Amino acid sequence: MSESDIILKISNIESYYGPIMAIRGISLEVPRGKIVTLLGANGAGKTTVLKTISGILDPQKGSIEFMGKSIQRMEADKIVRMGLSHVPEGREVFPFLTVRENLMMGAYPRKDRDAVGEDLNMVYGYFPRLKERLNQPAGQLSGGEQQMLAIGRALMNRPAMLLLDEPSLGLSPILVKEIFTIIKRVNEEQGTSILLVEQNAKVALETAHYGYVLEIGRIVMNDTCERLMNSHDIQEFYLGAKEAGARGERRWKKKKTWR
Amino acid sequence: MLDFVQQLVSGIALGCVYGLIALGFVLIYKATEVVNFAQGDLMMMGGFFGFTFIAMLGFNYWLGFACAVLAMALFGMLAERVVVRPILGYPQFSIIMVTIGLGYFLRSMAGIIWGTDDLKIDTPFSTGVLRLGSLVLAYDKLSVIAATVILCTLLYLFFNRTTLGTAMRASSENMLAAYYMGIPVKRVVSIVWAISAAVAGTAGVLLAPITFVHSNVGLVLGLKAFPAAVLGGFGSIPGALVGGVLIGVIESMAGFYLPQGWKDVAPYVVLLAVLLLKPEGLFGLHVRKKV
Repeated sequence: MSESDIILKISNIESYYGPIMAIRGISLEVPRGKIVTLLGANGAGKTTVLKTISGILDPQKGSIEFMGKSIQRMEADKIVRMGLSHVPEGREVFPFLTVRENLMMGAYPRKDRDAVGEDLNMVYGYFPRLKERLNQPAGQLSGGEQQMLAIGRALMNRPAMLLLDEPSLGLSPILVKEIFTIIKRVNEEQGTSILLVEQNAKVALETAHYGYVLEIGRIVMNDTCERLMNSHDIQEFYLGAKEAGARGERRWKKKKTWR
Repeated sequence: MLDFVQQLVSGIALGCVYGLIALGFVLIYKATEVVNFAQGDLMMMGGFFGFTFIAMLGFNYWLGFACAVLAMALFGMLAERVVVRPILGYPQFSIIMVTIGLGYFLRSMAGIIWGTDDLKIDTPFSTGVLRLGSLVLAYDKLSVIAATVILCTLLYLFFNRTTLGTAMRASSENMLAAYYMGIPVKRVVSIVWAISAAVAGTAGVLLAPITFVHSNVGLVLGLKAFPAAVLGGFGSIPGALVGGVLIGVIESMAGFYLPQGWKDVAPYVVLLAVLLLKPEGLFGLHVRKKV
């Protein structure tokens, strides 16, 4: 892969919450126009990686390059202006603003009013349910609708790249499927590169092209999603496959290959 | 009946001033969760700026008024940048102490610069009265009410119809999400301080013909405006105004109809009663986050 095909390149970043080292030297790359997923259990540091990229946290060490420019330690609002939008964990909509106002806040950095109007229609196209609720306060929407709003709001920035943090959180299986279908469509139709953080490994591996596995602040595995899905460890520890041993019993104490 | 209407009008006028100061409390609290105890003193500064431009420099009243409000907006930004921003993120108590300290500082500085005498600003409406039949209403009180209505309409339009205003509401509802949207939150906060200092300054200039300009005027009125903000439900802009007007009317009615001494106590009695029955205030908002 040549350098210009990489939209986001993270090298050796370390981030701390106070004295606690949350990520311990992570490097990853997102190719332009592709979906990359970051898998890991609770507390692995997935959200921290995204927060460090979008400038909410500053990394202690390492570098982050977005579209060839170094963005570590930049103010969060400047990074958004460069076309890197973050859909945070737990939706974080503006509860008393209407759906339309929420969407317009997504377009806050933009000055091209006509194109914003077009993008509003694009978002309604992806999420017709939002159009029905335009003048309702966002706090009254259901969880799934709020997630749609959070994604739609980020799309209003017409980002070159999206960071998605746990879009499946708290949603029913049907809604999860619906949201991920739309994520895939956005990637294919708008060419938006996506870095997807998920606990639901199955749906993430089905959606993404390439995957990284994060454990306690370190990357322990990375490969294409097809190969990850066939990997023994991933199947057992992230997809919950139960494999019968030689004597027909489940082996419980198996070590992961990376330990 | 005539007495009642007259008391009502002067109560509303006084209440508008409380409401404007309370509005400043609420704006800053909503945007930054900082309770600015120097809000009354910002109002006092507005009065002195008005005095400087109109009485000392001899500006036309309206021009001087505009200059004073503009100067207060800049002053509010400066106060935020120099005094409040460095301490954000520290415990709430430190921030409160800092704003109380700012209030003391402003009162002393005003005393040093402008002296401790009562100062007077001549206004186009400081003397006249409006006669409706046998009802007599002073122009200075009516002007306070009119100015408050105009100011609130402008603020309403600003917060609901402009992108910057919506961005301010957004930042106050969820500051983290505002960062994710690319809203320059720090600049938004400094504009909020500018607006709330300008609103307080407007109240200060409007109040000048009624109570005179004095370095302690902010302390007294600030202490009345605080219950007004709580009464309306701390964090609600219309609530602050309604709370202010209620406190003003109650005070004025109690001063007229009840024995001496009730005037200053009555607003607090009502405040306690409201908080017992409706702890979130009259216009308080509660929202639960969906997970």
